Amino acid sequence: MKDDKKSPSDQHSGLTRRDFMKISGISAAVPLVLGPTVVHAAGEEIVVYGPGKIPIVLDVNGRKLISEVEPRVTLLEALRNSFDLTAAKSVCDRGTCGACTVLVDEKPVYACSVLAIEAQGKKITTVEGLTEGDSLTPIMQAFVDHDAQQCGFCTPGFIIATTHFLQEHPNATEDDIRRGLSGNFCRCGTYNGIRAVALAKSSAEKSGAA
Amino acid sequence: MSEYTWPNPETRPLLGKRISRVDGPVKVSGRAKYTFDYNPDGLLAGRILRCPHAHARITSIDTSAAEKMSGVKAVQIIQKPGTEVFWAGDEVVAVAAVDECTAEDALRAIKVQYEVLPHFVSDTEPPQNITASNGPISQDDFEDMEDNQVPDEQVVAAIKHQGISFHPDAKYLKELQESGADASVVQALRTAKYALPSGSKSPYKKTAVQTQGEPDKAFASAAATVEGLYGASAITHCCLESHGMAAEWTTDKDLLVHISTQNLSGIAPQIAEPAGIPAGNIQVMQQYIGGGFGSKFSPDRWGIASVQLSKTAGGKPVKIMLDRAAELEVAGMRPSAFARVKIAADNDGKLVAWESRSWGTGGMGGGGTPPLPYIFEIPNQRKQNVAISTNQGSARAWRAPNHPQAAAITMCAMEDLAAKLNLDPVEMLTRNLDLTGPREKIYRDELPIAAEMMEWKQNWHPRGDKTSGPVKRGLGMSIHTWGGRGHNSDCDLTIHPDGSVEIKMATQDLGTGARTIIIIVAADTLGIPMDNVKLLIGDSRYPISGASGGSTTSGGVTSSTRRAAVDARNQLFAKVAPALKAQPEDLEAVNATIRVRSDPSRTLSWKDACSRLGAMPMTVRGKNPDKSKPPDLTNSGVGGVQMADVSVDTETGIVRVNKMVAVQDCGLVVDVKTAESQVIGALIMGISYALYEEKILDPVTGRMLNPNMDFYRLAGIADIGELKVHMMTGKGYDERGVIGLSEPPVVSPGAAISNAVANAIGVRVPFLPLTPARVLEALESGRQV
Repeated sequence: MKDDKKSPSDQHSGLTRRDFMKISGISAAVPLVLGPTVVHAAGEEIVVYGPGKIPIVLDVNGRKLISEVEPRVTLLEALRNSFDLTAAKSVCDRGTCGACTVLVDEKPVYACSVLAIEAQGKKITTVEGLTEGDSLTPIMQAFVDHDAQQCGFCTPGFIIATTHFLQEHPNATEDDIRRGLSGNFCRCGTYNGIRAVALAKSSAEKSGAA
Repeated sequence: MSEYTWPNPETRPLLGKRISRVDGPVKVSGRAKYTFDYNPDGLLAGRILRCPHAHARITSIDTSAAEKMSGVKAVQIIQKPGTEVFWAGDEVVAVAAVDECTAEDALRAIKVQYEVLPHFVSDTEPPQNITASNGPISQDDFEDMEDNQVPDEQVVAAIKHQGISFHPDAKYLKELQESGADASVVQALRTAKYALPSGSKSPYKKTAVQTQGEPDKAFASAAATVEGLYGASAITHCCLESHGMAAEWTTDKDLLVHISTQNLSGIAPQIAEPAGIPAGNIQVMQQYIGGGFGSKFSPDRWGIASVQLSKTAGGKPVKIMLDRAAELEVAGMRPSAFARVKIAADNDGKLVAWESRSWGTGGMGGGGTPPLPYIFEIPNQRKQNVAISTNQGSARAWRAPNHPQAAAITMCAMEDLAAKLNLDPVEMLTRNLDLTGPREKIYRDELPIAAEMMEWKQNWHPRGDKTSGPVKRGLGMSIHTWGGRGHNSDCDLTIHPDGSVEIKMATQDLGTGARTIIIIVAADTLGIPMDNVKLLIGDSRYPISGASGGSTTSGGVTSSTRRAAVDARNQLFAKVAPALKAQPEDLEAVNATIRVRSDPSRTLSWKDACSRLGAMPMTVRGKNPDKSKPPDLTNSGVGGVQMADVSVDTETGIVRVNKMVAVQDCGLVVDVKTAESQVIGALIMGISYALYEEKILDPVTGRMLNPNMDFYRLAGIADIGELKVHMMTGKGYDERGVIGLSEPPVVSPGAAISNAVANAIGVRVPFLPLTPARVLEALESGRQV
C-alpha cells in the first residue's frame, strides 16, 4: 500500500485523530473501492480508507501476512479471522481484560483496541511467535511448573504480559508484579501461580532481595 | 482387597503426587484451540439481534433490508411477532454473513418494533403482606408444603383459607394417602374450594413456613439471641470464553457441531429435535473450553439458531459466539439471596434456635431456596422463603448452587452470635460441630489445621480492631460442604501391540485437570509413564461420559478409567503369564515392566509384553458406576474450612484481603498440584464475588447497568493477598475414594471475608459484595451487634 501523500510520521498508520475529525465532517459519499482514496476537506488532502475492504500487510511473528479487511477491523480480528492466529483471545470487547495482548513494536498492546490498518509496518508478535514447534519459552515452562493456568483462555495474554514485564523489570518485587500484571483478568483464579512465576523468574527473588 | 480398589500409598507411583497438568504446554503456547477459535474455510459469522426492553411484545419484524445485503447468507427469526419477551437481551433475530462486519451491519438493518410492557427487576425485601396476593394454592405449592414437612394443621388451614387451583382426582388423593399424607390433609383437599389461579401478576412466590421443634420456646429460654440482615447479591458467571457454538451440515442429514460446553455427551440429544435429524447424526466436538462454572450445559437458543442458519446457508459452518454484553446479561447468573435471621444459643454457645425470612431472585423463574441454616442442624427452626420473579435472563447453576449464599447468611449470623457471647468463633463453631452431621469428624480434623495456618490464636481479637489509625484488621472464618459423587462415565481403553495406550471418553476438561487425572490413573494402574497414554476426549463419538456439573467429573472419569485399566492389565497378564512361567494373578505391572511379584527377575518390558497381544489391539470398556466391579470408587460429601485475614480502610471503605487459608477434603486426591490450583482458584473467585461482583439492574430500564468488564469487576492479581491451601490426605480420606472438588472451596470465601470485615470494623456489612459504599454505610449506621 503506497501513499505518497502521507507525511513520514503517518507512514504506517491509517488515520490520525486530526484526519478523523476532518473526515467526520465530510458529507459526500465515499466510493466503494479498494485501497485508500484522497478527499479534500478543510482545505487539505486527506487519505481515506474504505468503507469497503482494503488490502493490508501485517508483519506478524517475522512474516509478512497479506489480507483484505475493512478499515474498522481490529488487529485482534485480523489476527484471528484472517490469519488464524488464535492465541490472542477476544473476551471483553473493549480493552479491559488483556486476553488479546500482543506485542506491537516490542510493547504489550490490547489488540482489540488497535485497528489492523494502523498496525501495518509495525512488528507484531503473538504468543505463537514466541516459540517454534513444541518448544516452550522459559516463562511458558514456568507457567506449566507453577500451574499458572486452568481453562487457559486468559493464559496467552498473560504469557505476553509476563514475558514483557519481566524483560522491563528483571528485579521485580511482589509489589511491582501486583501493579505490572494488573492489566489482565483471569476468571478461574490463576493469579497465585502467575505471581509465583513472576517471582521465580525475577532476579530480585533469586538473589534474595525481594 | 478387591482388585479395583484404589492402590495403597506404597504401591502408587503417580496417584496422589504433585503432577503438572498435561495440557499445560498446549495452553501456555497458545496452541490450544477453543470453540471461539474454530475457523474453518468458508466460516460464516453469526450474530444475534437482542431485545432492548426488559419486558415487551414483539409487534413487527422487518428483515428484508438485511436479507438483501451483499454478504448476508441467512436470516433467522428466533421469536416471531406477537411473542412476549421477558428480559432485556433475549434473542429475537439471528443472521449469518461472510464476516463479522457484514453481520453487524445486517443486524443494524433489521427493524423490530415492540410494545413495551411493564417490567420488574427489584430484589429488595418483599413486603410483609404478600400472602394474600398468592391466591389459591397450586399443585406445586401444595407439594412444596408436603415436601417441606409443613405441619398438617397449617396445610389444612391454608387449603381452607385460600382454596386450591388444581383438581385432585381420586387417584391423586389415593396416592397421596398411600405416600403417608395425613388423613386431615387428604380430607381438606377433597373438600377444598376450587378457585382459578390468581390472575394477579405478583412477582413474589412465598413458600409455606417450615417449622421444626419449638422455635418460640427455644428463643424465649435462650441465653443470647441475635437478629440481623445477611445475603449476597446476584452475580454472573462471566466465562472468559463466551457461550457459543458453530454448526455445519456436512450432508443434508449430518450435522457437525463445535460448542463451548460442560456437557459434551449431552448436547446432541438437545439439538436433534430442532435440527430434525436423529441425535446419532450429530457429532459434537470440543477440545478446550474457556470457563463454564455451571452455565454451559445446553446448546441454548443461539446454538439452535446456528444450526438453522447453516441449513439456510447451504450447510456452511456458522459460528455464533456471544459478545461480552450478552454473556453478562443473559448467559449466566447466580441468584441473589438475602435473609432476616434470628439465631440463638444457650450459655455454652450451643445453637438452639433459628428463624429466617429469606428472599432472592434468579430471574423469571424466581430463585433457588438457599439451604438454611447452612450445615448446622439447629434443633428448633422456623423459616420461609420468597422467590422473586424478575425480568432478567434466568439463573444458571453457579458453582455450588445456593451454597455460597446460604453460607454467607448462616456463617455470618453465627459469627454475630459468637461476638455477642464474647466467644471466639472457632471455639463456638467447635462446640456446635455435633450439629454438622456426617462430616463432623472432617471439620474437627480441619479446624485446628486452618487455625494454625492462619495463626488464629495469635492474631484473632474480639470484635472491632481497637488499634489506632483508619485501617482496621480482622479475621473471619466459614465452613462448607458439597456432594461431589462421580457421575456416570464410560471409557474405552486400548492397548496396542506396540505398547501405546489410548483412552477414549466423551468428557471435557474445564481446566480442572480432568485430562491429567485420567492419565494419572491409567498410567499408575498399568505401571507405565504418563507419556505412554494418549487421551482422546472432546468428541461425542467416544464413549458417553456425564456433564461436568456438581463436581461429578473427577469421581466419574477416574472410576471408569481405573476399572478399564485394571481389566486391561489383567487381560495382558493372562496373555504373558505363560512366557513368564507364572500365574496371571502373580504378576504385577511396575516401572514399565510386567514381572512376577515373588521373583522380579522374571520380567518382560511393557513393550515386549504388549507385543504378545498379537496383531490386533485390545480394547476394554470401563464404566462408572459398575456394581459388577466393586467397590464404589467414588463417594459423596466433603468438608472444608476457610479463614480470611482482611484490612478495612474505614475512611474509604476499601477492603483488602491480606491472606486466606483453605483446608479442604475431597477423599482421595489424585493430583495434589491441580487439586490445590482448584482450591486457590476458588479462593480467588470467592474474593472476587465477596468484594467486587454484582449484576446491577436499572429499575427504570430493566437493563443490566454493568454488562462489561470495566464495571462488572473481577478480582485482579493485585487483589488476592497470600493464599495457602492444605489438602486433607491419608488415612480417613484416601479410602473414601475420589470426590469432586470444583464446588466446595468456592462456598466459604464470601462468609469468611464478611466475618473478617465485621471482626475488623466492629459492625456487620450485611450484603455481598462488600463494596466501599456498603462498608461506609455500615460504619455510618454503626449497627453494633
